[in-house]
Amino acid sequence: MIVHGADRVIVMGITGKQGTFWTEHMQAYGTKIVGGTHPQKARTLHCNVPVFATARDAMKGVGFDVAVLFIPPLMVKEAALDAIEAGARGLVVLTEHIPVQDVMYFVAAARERGAHILGPNTAGAVTPGECFAGFMPAFNERIFRKGSIGIVSRSGSLGTLLCLNVVQAGYGESAFVGIGGDPIIGTTTRDALVALDTFPGTEAVVMVGEIGGSMEEEAAEYAKTMSKPVVAFIAGGASPPGKKMGHAGAIVMGNKGSYASKRSALEAAGVTVIDTPSDVGAALHARLRH
Amino acid sequence: MNFEEHAAKPLLAARGIAVPAGALATTPDEAERVAARLGAVVVKAQVPTGKRGKAGGIKLAATPDEAKRHAQAIIGMRIGGHQVRKVLVEQQLPIERELYAAVLNDQSSQGPLVMFSSEGGMDIEELAATAPAKLRRLSVDIRHGLKPDDASSLVRGLGLGAVEAAVAEVLVKLYGAYATLDAELIEINPLVITRDGRVVALDCKFVMDDSALVRQREVAATGTPDTLTGLEAKAKTSGLKYIDLDGNVGVLANGAGLTMTTMDVVRHHGGRPANFLEIGGESYTQARPALELLLSNPNIKSLVVNFCGAFARTDVMTAGVIEAIQALKPRLPIFFSVHGTGDEEAIKLLKDKLGVTPLPTMDDASKAAVDAARRTAS
Repeated sequence: MIVHGADRVIVMGITGKQGTFWTEHMQAYGTKIVGGTHPQKARTLHCNVPVFATARDAMKGVGFDVAVLFIPPLMVKEAALDAIEAGARGLVVLTEHIPVQDVMYFVAAARERGAHILGPNTAGAVTPGECFAGFMPAFNERIFRKGSIGIVSRSGSLGTLLCLNVVQAGYGESAFVGIGGDPIIGTTTRDALVALDTFPGTEAVVMVGEIGGSMEEEAAEYAKTMSKPVVAFIAGGASPPGKKMGHAGAIVMGNKGSYASKRSALEAAGVTVIDTPSDVGAALHARLRH
Repeated sequence: MNFEEHAAKPLLAARGIAVPAGALATTPDEAERVAARLGAVVVKAQVPTGKRGKAGGIKLAATPDEAKRHAQAIIGMRIGGHQVRKVLVEQQLPIERELYAAVLNDQSSQGPLVMFSSEGGMDIEELAATAPAKLRRLSVDIRHGLKPDDASSLVRGLGLGAVEAAVAEVLVKLYGAYATLDAELIEINPLVITRDGRVVALDCKFVMDDSALVRQREVAATGTPDTLTGLEAKAKTSGLKYIDLDGNVGVLANGAGLTMTTMDVVRHHGGRPANFLEIGGESYTQARPALELLLSNPNIKSLVVNFCGAFARTDVMTAGVIEAIQALKPRLPIFFSVHGTGDEEAIKLLKDKLGVTPLPTMDDASKAAVDAARRTAS
């Protein structure tokens, strides 16, 4: 899911410390924040926008496209269902440590209603020069500059580092999509790759993955069909094998999930896999020269 | 969080799934007394790991005296890195047939997955390899749960005979346990049909979602917390994620992805990371205890501090690190790489307070730390 400058955004949990801090940053950057929610603070103004009790009220009151959730883990399910029912096009779920069954519940509800979810446990999305949704340092010009590289990342901090390296190499980003580090997430690496493949102004894609799960392998299947070059970094090659994986979980994954499996699947699909984030500039130069 | 068999089975029993009669014993004498009450028994090591049978941790006993001797041998054994401190002594059952049943969180369907096989008793990997046609899978919409009709379809045509309906009912109850207990995985292997036609859970593996522990406090209290090293336990009390590794280059970074990557880059430059230590998310204010923790590891010869702020503010993290350095005056070389939210303030702080300039990239900082560790070691 990519955010657009024209998207009307509400911040759920806008009055909290983090909600306030990042709402101000989003507003300063140009994100069109039209309202916020807090169950007990309806009919007040916060960060110069109206606060509603629910996303459904916000939809009736001001209308919105995207909801950004600054909500504690155990309350996210209810808030996400509220936003989905209100008719949100997209949800950015930043919270970490949401019970997995809650996540599966609102992801299923979103799928039924055609709403897109970024996260949980994402740092959000940035479209340089237009807007951002979440808590990415979009306003830092050494990290985000309007350009032609699409970036998808499971990790906020590592994604930020790749953005920095891309800008240092003389490029800029068309869009950054943080999909989140949780085991079950609404937008997969493959989904983000599809979105970036068709996003105007994108000439190459940088994929930032991690060991575990099979999302990079699934994304590799799609990468095979792409005409745009893809450069990937997979974190965790030096990590000890997962400590905790049930037998049944292991069989569902098959032998997918290891660094070697991801690297060979991506390389077989024509993706350039780099050893360290610092190599991203050189890899993009090599792939974009042709 | 893992649950040992003796803690998982009562959770099934409470939901109407039959389990064998039995009791927990921590001494051979206790095991003997339980066996005297139950007749022929099975003595089963209680550790939060699989493959207990292969390790010699599960033994049949025909008499109380035999049960005592088995308990004597099993208690004190090490299985999969865990010391056995107790055994479950259970009545033997006349087994007609062994089945497999499980419900787990499935990444590819983004929902619960029910798995059932008319062959059980061995590892699921083995089942999938030897009898793939008998292993059935059903993705469930978590909003509606497992419907009795769907459970019936899943077990139909596998030659279960008279107990088919009872087996389907166990699946529905197992799904209920999965949903109410916030399971990541709940597995009955084997689920047995006895010669007198009962359906009984002979074993149970249960893993609870760690993110749900806060709303499952009562049940969670019967689970088995992970075995942690001294430093790992200390980290946990500060809300930090720390894992001991065997290298000599200390790693401090923010965010799981960046921390793993710092370890990768240390290895890429020929070094060996000493640890995983992440201070991302809400714990980014914990830089001082984090550094204190690292410095108490005697194996560390040099340290790379790699911050790249998105949510986490690098100036706040750097201030914490500076505080710890000023308080503890460590003698080992420390190399910084600082980028992202708050980096200008962070770089100024390092200059003003420590007279240190961060290196341009994480590769530079990691390489410098690897070289320094090598010099100290030789």
